[in-house]
Parts: sequence; structure tokens; C-alpha cells
Amino acid sequence: MTFSPGLEARFADLLTHYPEGRHRGALIPMLMYAQDEVGAITPDLMAELAARLGISVLQVDEVVGYYSMLHKKPQGKYHVQICTNVACMLLGGAELYEQACTRLGVGHKQTQASGRFSLEEVECIGACSWAPAIQVNYDFHHDVTPAKLDEILDGLQ
Amino acid sequence: MRLYNPPSPLETKVVSKRFGMENSWKLDTYLATGGFEGFKKAMAMSCDEVINEVKASSLRGRGGAGFPTGMKWGFVPRNTDAPKYVVVNADESEPGTCKDRLLMEHDPYLLIEGILIAAKAVGASKGWIYIRGEYRYLVDHIDAVLKEAYQRGYMGKNIAGTGFDFDLYTQIGAGAYECGEESALLESLEGKRGVPRIRPPFPAVSGAFQAPTVLNNVETFCAVPDILRNGGKWFADLGTPKNGGTRMVCLAGHVNKPGVYEVPLGMNMMYFINEIGGGMRGGKKMKALIPGGSSCPLLTADECDIAMDYDSMAKAGTMLGSGGMMVMDEDTDMVKVALRIMRFYKHESCGWCIPCREGTTWLQKMLARIVDGNGATRDIDLIGDLAKNMLGRTFCPLGDAAAMPTISIVEKFRPEFEAYVAKNPFASSELVQVA
Ligand SMILES: Cc1cc2nc3c(=O)[nH]c(=O)nc-3n(C[C@H](O)[C@H](O)[C@H](O)COP(=O)(O)O)c2cc1C
Ligand code: FES
Repeated sequence: MTFSPGLEARFADLLTHYPEGRHRGALIPMLMYAQDEVGAITPDLMAELAARLGISVLQVDEVVGYYSMLHKKPQGKYHVQICTNVACMLLGGAELYEQACTRLGVGHKQTQASGRFSLEEVECIGACSWAPAIQVNYDFHHDVTPAKLDEILDGLQ
Repeated sequence: MRLYNPPSPLETKVVSKRFGMENSWKLDTYLATGGFEGFKKAMAMSCDEVINEVKASSLRGRGGAGFPTGMKWGFVPRNTDAPKYVVVNADESEPGTCKDRLLMEHDPYLLIEGILIAAKAVGASKGWIYIRGEYRYLVDHIDAVLKEAYQRGYMGKNIAGTGFDFDLYTQIGAGAYECGEESALLESLEGKRGVPRIRPPFPAVSGAFQAPTVLNNVETFCAVPDILRNGGKWFADLGTPKNGGTRMVCLAGHVNKPGVYEVPLGMNMMYFINEIGGGMRGGKKMKALIPGGSSCPLLTADECDIAMDYDSMAKAGTMLGSGGMMVMDEDTDMVKVALRIMRFYKHESCGWCIPCREGTTWLQKMLARIVDGNGATRDIDLIGDLAKNMLGRTFCPLGDAAAMPTISIVEKFRPEFEAYVAKNPFASSELVQVA
């Protein structure tokens, strides 16, 4: 499996971060950065990283299964994550999530057939004082109102 | 850099003093505003002197448990040639908490200097900042800052001409609350599932890659440079006895001016909410609050006339925790709050130990049954009993974190649970299903 030169450079640098013989430490960062490029944690990707780190595919797989941001299926071009944890819930986070379900026509961890949007109800994303908050891919949006949510989604058509 | 909320004139700014300054995250800004003075002082001191200064400051961990930082550093063994490490907990996933993010965004060099002082204090050679995956933009930001630090001689070999060597890296997480728990974080750093380790040994003796490790929260490290610069006593005097300094409080919920504010330890909680937080939204009355992240027992409005320091909070039966304060007005449905909290812990339980995995699952089911109108009277007691049975019986404190708010809500707001159950005509029937 081949990666972009940028990602290869990142991998090479990562592998220097750990003590002698302990480069398995790079596994989770490698999975995260590779997922951004490949779009999902594919069987090929798991086999490739396992080979590079000298561990079994099963060892990679059990890690992938543990972490909520690692996903085996591709998400939409825009992955909309709406926080409904307490601080956001108090200020309308759950209603925003319902609004997004209706508007995008998909539910939790589902992707539109067109591949444009996917949706996820997420736990606290660290924006509680500026609640309700959402993330689209890695971008934060704070103090989201129903009108602002429509505006954000309109901007991503 | 953009501020997410306006500051308050009533704050005491120590770790947030550079917030809002132009180019606050640049080395030149940092150096022009007293940066690395604490590190240089530390380099002229012995390891013990540095640790004693931190002990004198009464700095306590800002990640949740409030353990005295100087004492923790003192546990790292001295007479060993084995490598030692520093790990920064930037997982920040305790619901209600959003302060470490600001510290890393606005003043990353403050964190870096604090790490270097800790490294000097224990003789560590390498460190990692473990940042939650959702904060991807911060990983890129800190990577860029570290690049500048290496280029300008403030990281790597012979740091700032002092002869001290240290390497620092970012480590991105991938979405798991449990990885904020220190031993699970260390497992994750080694490329494994984030399940907790049995302790002892504690990280100070056997931490990252089985080497002695100092592990602290971002804000804890950020307090250290000014402690060295101005003296431990100066920091201690900002707070109350045994509760030194200031801390960031993340105010959220039904208040007029939610935001992250830095206040001295010991400030009165109602004063904080009313004068800095602008009081309750829409003229509503306050019903309750979560004082320091969703793992803390809730306080009713009547219980909030207290000092915000670790010991006063413990006396009130709760915790200062991670600083995530969520205020709820009179219209808040406390049963739904309890359910939402439990949904979180059930989702995040790593599944390693049974009381936590099964306990959170059953508690969520019972709370959902009540909210759905199918609850029985005996469920209310059962929820309290089950939660109490989890306390202290799990591998790591996640089980306690799930149980503590639940117990407090059932005890303090029992009539709300009873009102839900009263609507179920079969509430007292022995035949009501239990699962
Ligand atoms: C389930 C769980 C989650 C935690 N999450 C965090 C976290 O996100 N950030 C943090 O600094 N500490 C967190 N902690 C506390 C850490 O285990 C540890 O006590 C802390 O990082 C030590 O640093 P301090 O002494 O500077 O507070 C968590 C603890 C538990 C039990
Ligand atoms: S509760 Fe939604 S960001 Fe923290």
C-alpha cells in the first residue's frame, strides 16, 4: 500500500518518538493520520500498518475496535458531529441533533447515499462553555442555534 | 488569537495572562513577557529545590483528583540511570471541561516551559503531550510550535544554552474518554486499547513504557513556570491554605455569561456565578449544578454558598474536579440529566471490569425505563443501591465517576423520579419487568 509523501514523512518522524524497540506507540497516530488520507480503516491499511510495526493484524484490529474515531466504513465528505452531552443538552443540543437527522435524512453513524453528509451524535467535544457545539470534520462551531445549523449545512452543499 | 468569550475584570490571571495578546503563541511574545525565566531559575537549582518550591506552592492537580503536584514529583525514584519521562494529559474529555484546549491554543509555550521544569525536577529526557483526537487542530498547532522551539533552541539539545536536553512530541488520541485516566492513557501511548492498569505501581515508578513517569494535566504544568519565577509562597498565597493558586473554571449551562474564567481557589461559588457568570439566564431560579465535570456529585442551589477549593468542596460532599461547572435552572428535568450522564458513562466504560461495564449498562436501562414512563417505585431505590455498590469496586475510578452523580441526583431530587413513576399505572406491581 502506498501513501502520499507527506504521510510517509509523518510516519518516518513518528517512529523516532518512542524508546528503542517500542515503536508500537506509533500505531494510534498512524491509524488516525492514515484514516484521514485513505478515508477509512480498510483491511489493507490494517495489514500494512501491522507489517510496518511488526505486530499482528489482530493486534491492530482490536485497537481499531476500541477507539470511537477509528472507523472501518467511509464517512461522508462532511461528517457532522453534534454534541448532546449535558452542557449542550441544557442549551438545545438534542434538538439540534433531531434537526440534523430530519434535514440530512440520516441517523446516528449513517451516511447519505450521495456520500456528501454523514451524521453522528457525539459525547462532549470540549466546547461546553460555548454550547451547544458541533464539529464538522475537525472544525468546531460554537454557540450553534437552529438557524446557524441550517446556515452551516447550507454552506457545505 | 480569537477569544471564545470575553474575559471578566474579576479574574486573577496567572495561566491565562497571555490570552488575547497578539501572537500569544509565538516564542517572541513569550520571551518578551517573562517566558523561560522560571525554567532558567530551575536550572540553577537542585532537583530537590525545584520540587520543594512546587510543594510550597500547594499546587494540586487540575485534572480531577487534586493530588498535590510536588508530592507526586517527589515519588519519582532518584537513584536510577533508567530513562524517565513526562506525559501531559491533554485528553480533556470530562464532560463540562474545555480549558486545556484554550491553554494549548493561546499559550503553548507556557505548557512547554512547565514540562521542562518538571523534566528538570525528576531528570526526565523525553515527553509526550497526549491530545484527544477531536482536538486535531491543536495537534497541528502544537506541532508547529514545537518545530519553532526546536529551531530556536528551546527544545532538543542544550535548551536555551543551559546544557539541558529534552525531546517533546505530540501524541494524538482516537476518541476514548477512558484514555484520560492516567494508566489507560499510558496503555494507549504504547499503541494498545485504553484499559486501565492495576496500581501500584503508580506511574511515578512505572509509567510510560514501564519507566518512571511524571503525568499531569495541562493546566497543572501551566501553573509551574510562574511558581518558579515568583516563588511557591506567592502562588500559595493566591489561594487558601493547602489549595494554592488559581484555576480555570469552565462555566456552562443556564447562565448569562458562560465562559472559561481564571479565579483564585477559595472564591465563593455564588459570587462566581453571579458576578463573573452574570447570574441566571432569563431571570430563572437556579436548581442545581455540577461543580467540576459530570463525575462529581451535584449540588442543589442551596448548597452552593461555598468556597471553591478542594477541601471545602470535599466537605460539601462533592469535588472541585476538572473545573467543568454546569448550572441548571428551575425548569431542568433532573431525571433526564441523570439518564444523559449515565448514557455517557455506559458508552465510555472500557468494559475491562464487570462492576463498571454491567453497572453502567443496568443503570442506563433503569433510568431510561423511568424516563419512558415504565419505571417502578422500587427502581428508584435499586438505582441508588446499584450505584452505591459500584463505588470503590472498579479497576479505575470510571465506575465511581458514573455512580457519584447518580447517587446524588437520586438522593437530592427523588420527588422528580417519583413523579415519573406515579404516571405509570403499574408502578407498584410486582409484575413490572426488571430488565
Ligand atoms: C475516567 C477518567 C477520566 C479522566 N480524564 C482526564 C482527562 O481528560 N484529563 C486529565 O487531565 N485527567 C483526567 N483524569 C485524571 C487522571 O487520571 C489523572 O489523575 C490526572 O491526569 C493527573 O494529573 P493532575 O495531578 O495534574 O491532575 C481522568 C480520570 C478518570 C478516572
Ligand atoms: S457538553 Fe457539549 S461540548 Fe461539552
